[in-house]
Amino acid sequence: MTLPIPPAVELLPLTPELVLVGATFALLMLDLFVDESRRAITHLAAIVILLVTAGLIVAGVGGQGVVLNGMFIRDDAADVMKIAICVISAMSLCYAWSYLRDRGLYKGEVPVLMLFAVSGMMLLVSSGSLVMVYLGLEMLALSSYALVAVDRDGPVASEAAIKYFVLGSLASGILLYGLSLIYGATGTLDLAQIRAVADVSSNPDLMLTGMVFVVAGIAFKFGAVPFHMWLPDVYHGAPTPITIFIGAAPKLATFGMAYRLLEGGLGPLDARWQLLIAGLAALSLVIGNLVALAQSNLKRMLAYSTISHVGFLFLGLAGGGAQGYAAALFYAISYAIMSAAAFGAIVVLSNRGFEADGIDDFKGLNARSPWMAGLVLCVMASLAGVPPFLGFWAKLAVLRAALNGDLMWLAIVGIVSAVIGAFYYLRVIKAMYFDEPVGEGPIPRADRPLRAVFGVNALALLALGLFWNPLMAWCQQAFA
Amino acid sequence: MSHWPLLSILIWLPILGGAAVLALGNNRAGAARWLALAIALASLALSVPLFTGFDYAEAGMQFLEQKAWIPAYDIQYHLGVDGISVALIGLTTLVTALVLIGAWSSIDKRVSQYYAAFLFLEGLMIGVFSALDSILFYVFFEGMLIPMFIIIGVWGGPRRVYASVKFFLYTFLGSVFMLVGLIYMYLKGGSWQLADLYALQLSAAEQTWLFFAFLIAFAVKVPMFPVHTWLPDAHVEAPTGGSVILAAIMLKIGGYGFLRFSLPIVPDAGQEWAWLVIALSLIAVIYVGLVALVQDDMKKLIAYSSISHMGFVTLGTFIAFGLVRDYANVDAARLGLQGAMVQMISHGFISAAMFSCVGVLYDRMHSRMIKDYGGVANVMPWFAALFVLFAMANSGLPGTSGFVGEFMVILASFQKHPMLAFAAATTLITGAAYTLWLIKRVVYGEIGNAHVAELEDLNPREALVLGTYAVGVLLIGLWPKPLTDLMEPSIAQLAAQLAATKLTGL
Repeated sequence: MTLPIPPAVELLPLTPELVLVGATFALLMLDLFVDESRRAITHLAAIVILLVTAGLIVAGVGGQGVVLNGMFIRDDAADVMKIAICVISAMSLCYAWSYLRDRGLYKGEVPVLMLFAVSGMMLLVSSGSLVMVYLGLEMLALSSYALVAVDRDGPVASEAAIKYFVLGSLASGILLYGLSLIYGATGTLDLAQIRAVADVSSNPDLMLTGMVFVVAGIAFKFGAVPFHMWLPDVYHGAPTPITIFIGAAPKLATFGMAYRLLEGGLGPLDARWQLLIAGLAALSLVIGNLVALAQSNLKRMLAYSTISHVGFLFLGLAGGGAQGYAAALFYAISYAIMSAAAFGAIVVLSNRGFEADGIDDFKGLNARSPWMAGLVLCVMASLAGVPPFLGFWAKLAVLRAALNGDLMWLAIVGIVSAVIGAFYYLRVIKAMYFDEPVGEGPIPRADRPLRAVFGVNALALLALGLFWNPLMAWCQQAFA
Repeated sequence: MSHWPLLSILIWLPILGGAAVLALGNNRAGAARWLALAIALASLALSVPLFTGFDYAEAGMQFLEQKAWIPAYDIQYHLGVDGISVALIGLTTLVTALVLIGAWSSIDKRVSQYYAAFLFLEGLMIGVFSALDSILFYVFFEGMLIPMFIIIGVWGGPRRVYASVKFFLYTFLGSVFMLVGLIYMYLKGGSWQLADLYALQLSAAEQTWLFFAFLIAFAVKVPMFPVHTWLPDAHVEAPTGGSVILAAIMLKIGGYGFLRFSLPIVPDAGQEWAWLVIALSLIAVIYVGLVALVQDDMKKLIAYSSISHMGFVTLGTFIAFGLVRDYANVDAARLGLQGAMVQMISHGFISAAMFSCVGVLYDRMHSRMIKDYGGVANVMPWFAALFVLFAMANSGLPGTSGFVGEFMVILASFQKHPMLAFAAATTLITGAAYTLWLIKRVVYGEIGNAHVAELEDLNPREALVLGTYAVGVLLIGLWPKPLTDLMEPSIAQLAAQLAATKLTGL
């Protein structure tokens, strides 16, 4: 018996992934020979690799198709998500340099682990079988655990890493259990085949139990209530640029996973899982926003706000249909840009030995640096969902999806919790504009590239908010 | 029809100009003031062609601009004005210019940000009055929140944080329900355009839900009893300019919203629930008027009086339903709507003037408390004369603008039921009582204390601002015909839209 080696033509649609993984290994080797003082080479090379990968997908190198016996799907949806994942990851990497450098945390492993995580995300959004889902997910998860632990001597970071690892493994286990039940009920690992028999399964109870576990696993990975306990600790404990990374692009990848599993595999059961998702959405919206009100640490506040944003994203999933998925993807991309900017503000204001992660650390920013305060204002207004910023349009899209799915009650929960949520974003604006600086007050780093990245990131929220048609058309095209 | 995109220029000139003022930074206060004033005056000048180029016989929208904005969601950049919006845009440009002049020397903290915020507001408010796409309207409507939040919070009084957050959350909560209503109608009709929404057939139940969604949004903005409590806080804590813009223009957006959305889109639900709005309006007129009587803070008194006067706007608007539908009395309905509009414009001048008067006193004494004053007329005769004029207008004296709108609304109410007119007319007593008592305690009598004795009369800049308001108040009071002619065709069309039921097509 010979191994079934696929013909080379089967591998063509994987070209971007192959390039990325190959380049990542090369980078790992290269970094061994790069002197500590020239670590910038590794950093820049990693950014270039991500952008080249995105460029390959944009150029359509390799072509689309379903290959490797249906394991790997490259369609419009996969391409759109992968481009967004690469670009957003490159942006989060830009925030990492000076912050981690100052703290002696920028080891060669950091960009390499990020690239591996990106490879995992790309496989995840392309997965056509249950095995591929799990493979991609674990590749992402294991790299993320290690990234959170990069500050291995810091007690908070170590605690966060352990929590992330233990609860993340639990989530993977729950998901895996659900996948095994679905395999048991249908006798196949292929998502397309599962879809074909999902509603005529010989064992509907097993199928439904599997579905519940899968939804729980997805909710765990998203950090939706009641599976959210790990999220604030991890976001708070991880070094801020790492928080940016694990908070931004993985949301997209998890959305891709949910799309592949729920729509691609369990599509015929959508009336049932949409109900579960709607319930999770309502809980996340209410609890995320209410708990965020009580936080005085900005990173924890943003973490709880993430939970509420996941609730909004679920509005799109629960609404279902091509428009609903487009809305959820649009939300995921918008949220990734917003959260990168929000945590990015902390990075810009933190100096060596000082972490500007309390809301009080933003007091009087307008008196020190009106430009910086204006940018943070844009970010907070966008997170609160005030037009014309991008965050508003994302909310409009998911509300439309929810109403389209006859989920009026959920839309009402969404808008009321958005108003509650507005309050804690206003607290940041209030601290910056209405309060006087304490002591020397917040002083942005004199680091031009970093400030430029933050400026572009924050102004993108305004620019995309005024002209969001291309982004939305792109998301719609993914699910057309 | 002009080939210039006049409305776009009117919207974007102040917004981009505001960005330029902001870019000057806080260290170049003088340059920021002059640049902002130049932009505000340019906007004022540009609003003149809006009046001269306007076709007074035409009821529909004019100066139209329509471009696809977000084709993916069918949202259009669609602008246009009718008689109602032209009047309000004129008010906006005029009051903004006067506010910027008025703040010349009283604001010395973060000057460029202050002026920029007002220019942003001006552009956004003009956008609200000219948007013909409901989402575009919503963007302008909500976009105003942040600049106003900053204005109240940065330059306001001691409890500014509380007031600004309350202002933001109240208005935000109100408007999100409208957003859901708009999305619902979009899913049903496939369009965000106001004209399409007017034609959309809606069942009685749908109309009721939408009616309340709009009611929450606009009632908070007007503000109507019982959601008015943010207004006194916001007014008291806001700087003079903020109070003026808030009272003179932003409150009008609520009334404008009723005319643009509630009346034509959900006429049957409006008919069904008009009693509720009429009742709330009368409570505002009577009860809030009495509340104004017991205030010892001048700004708070004027704020409550604003709520009371805005009660006439909602009363005149919703009385029209009963008149058209139950009595088939279209003339009286038009009178009511006309009265509501005149009252909006007139209140724009009077409240702006009253708050500016308080601002003049506050700049000198740094107190808004009535008890700190007394006998101001002895040292500030010119100021006292103007203040008394505005007070007379506020209490609805014939010959001033305050009389015209209230009288029209009372006349229209009389056609519905004499008791309604009687209840509304009590404002002529309470309004006179609280305004004249304010005047008596502040302006007349013996000089209250040593500080008052040292007051100086109006400087030329303040005289220019208050003088302009005085001209407006008297002009509308003595010769309201140009204003009513301007709005007449649009009002007539609105009355026809009220009369047409949307239920028959189902």
